[in-house]
Amino acid sequence: MPLGGRYSIPGRYAWPVWLRNFHVWRKLMVPSLLGNFGEPVLYLLALGYGFGRMVGRVGQISYIEFLASGILCSSAMTAASFEAMYSAYTRLNVQHTWAAMLATPLGVEDVVIGEILWAGSKALINTTAILIVAAALGLVGGWTALLALPVALATGLAFAALAMIVTAFAPSYDFFMYYFTLVLTPLLLLSGVFFPLAELPHGVVLTMQFFPLVHAIALIRPLLAGTVPQQAWLHGGVILAYLLVAGGVAVWLFRRRILR
Amino acid sequence: MECSQGLARVLIPAVAGASKAVIVEGLEKRYAGRMVVDDISFSIDRGECFGLLGPNGAGKTTVLRMLLAHTPPSAGRIEVLGYSMPGEARAARARIGVVAQEDNLDPDFTVLENLLSYARYFGIKPRAMRRGTSALLEFAALEGREGARIHELSGGMQRRLTLARALVNDPRLLVLDEPTTGLDPQARQLIWQRLRSLLASGRTLFLTTHYMEEAERLCDRVAIIDGGRLVAIGSPHALIGEHVEAHVFEFTAPDLVSRAADLARLEGVHIERVGETTLVYARSPEPVRAWLSGCAGEQYWYRPGNLEDVFFRLTGRDLRDR
Ligand SMILES: Nc1ncnc2c1ncn2[C@@H]1O[C@H](COP(=O)(O)OP(=O)(O)O)[C@@H](O)[C@H]1O
Ligand SMILES: [Mg+2]
Repeated sequence: MPLGGRYSIPGRYAWPVWLRNFHVWRKLMVPSLLGNFGEPVLYLLALGYGFGRMVGRVGQISYIEFLASGILCSSAMTAASFEAMYSAYTRLNVQHTWAAMLATPLGVEDVVIGEILWAGSKALINTTAILIVAAALGLVGGWTALLALPVALATGLAFAALAMIVTAFAPSYDFFMYYFTLVLTPLLLLSGVFFPLAELPHGVVLTMQFFPLVHAIALIRPLLAGTVPQQAWLHGGVILAYLLVAGGVAVWLFRRRILR
Repeated sequence: MECSQGLARVLIPAVAGASKAVIVEGLEKRYAGRMVVDDISFSIDRGECFGLLGPNGAGKTTVLRMLLAHTPPSAGRIEVLGYSMPGEARAARARIGVVAQEDNLDPDFTVLENLLSYARYFGIKPRAMRRGTSALLEFAALEGREGARIHELSGGMQRRLTLARALVNDPRLLVLDEPTTGLDPQARQLIWQRLRSLLASGRTLFLTTHYMEEAERLCDRVAIIDGGRLVAIGSPHALIGEHVEAHVFEFTAPDLVSRAADLARLEGVHIERVGETTLVYARSPEPVRAWLSGCAGEQYWYRPGNLEDVFFRLTGRDLRDR
């Protein structure tokens, strides 16, 4: 038996879980892609050209270039959160897909980590599509933009892990609205996606530093413009810390919820 | 040598207790202080079909969940196929096939994709699995349906597919939680037939049911549990012989019902009333037949004592979900 050996790295067997979700996604790829990246691209075009005229430039770059990097980050956040909440919840509580997996050698940690990896991958898929559109529109300043993709993946994974914590507590789908309204929407509006952080009161700016979206933007905005971000290790460190801590907490919570 | 020591570590636990597929000792489960499984011990031989019987809420599913390391026991020891649970769950579950009480086929996949994706959870690649899928589809009587979606299948087909899916890893032990609940008689017959063929191939079956007939037909031995306690264990035949009279007469005709009390005076006769029905249990049928000949024309039913009678004798007739 291939999986009979001793257990070592947590989530070492998460791969079949990821693959299962990938195969389902592949079947519905076209509508899924349209839904998930069509909307951010519409925002980019409408707001970018609409406001762009009024706003002109933001620092060194045009408004639509500014917006492109913001939307790339925020769509990594939303895509991963959505997948790790609504879709994971469906597989846990409605389709009982997790129960089927747990009858095999897979453990709760494999399933949870597999779901986080998949939700992060969806963020990567969507941001890749947005990056291609941005490049086609001439909004990308150099090859450093390719480095935005691993950052978007890490951001997606961090938000997926956070969302899995929410899912671990969710008694029903309605519960996710709280997280969207109380956490994700404020992050979207106050992290510098649509306008520079500097426009906001100092307290808000400081608070936002404790959440990963600001740090994703701090990395991706210069990368898209073709320059190297400052304090890259700090920003990357915050995102990775979120991923590891939230991922660990999510695994612990699900073990408690499922293995009762 | 380092390598052989490593090998021994893997092999020895699997060989120890090799004659037993399952050993359970002093198993307990408490939920919020309430005893749901209360000091249960039993063991299952390899190649045996063992049934766990009990009314709804008796604790059957909870016992299975502890066996599969889906919930930790509050007390007790569990060994499955020589692996100690829940510590060696991964290795044990690699050799177990599970048919859960709740249907959990993957609705996002076709019939064939369900088998292939499930095999992958065991680390079996599609290329290696593909050779086995036609035999599994035949086993499930689903030839030609490999492209069907799950919601297009009837309840019986889904259950057969679930059973076939539980075989992708060629398990030594099959654990089935109420495998025929909710199926029509034809679908049930087919499942029984398949379970018998699995037994014939040398596998061990551990199933729960609340259908006494099912247990009587399939199981070499059964354990009856009620309120989390083990109340009896043995072969269906032995349990019937031990706990109930061999002959049962059922009366519903008001005339017979009202006069049945006379029978209680006969040697070896036991009377039970269940609503409008009177059950007369008799060690030998002649005295009752003689008494009935005096009530010509009244209708009654005669049948041998069965596991259901044992069950009611041991656990009472009260509704459990009240
Ligand atoms: N997770 C749980 N938390 C609290 N009580 C539970 C839980 N699971 C089962 N029970 C209770 O344990 C009892 C036995 O349940 P179960 O094992 O499902 O019975 P069966 O499978 O025999 O119908 C029931 O009273 C049920 O309500
Ligand atoms: Mg049950």
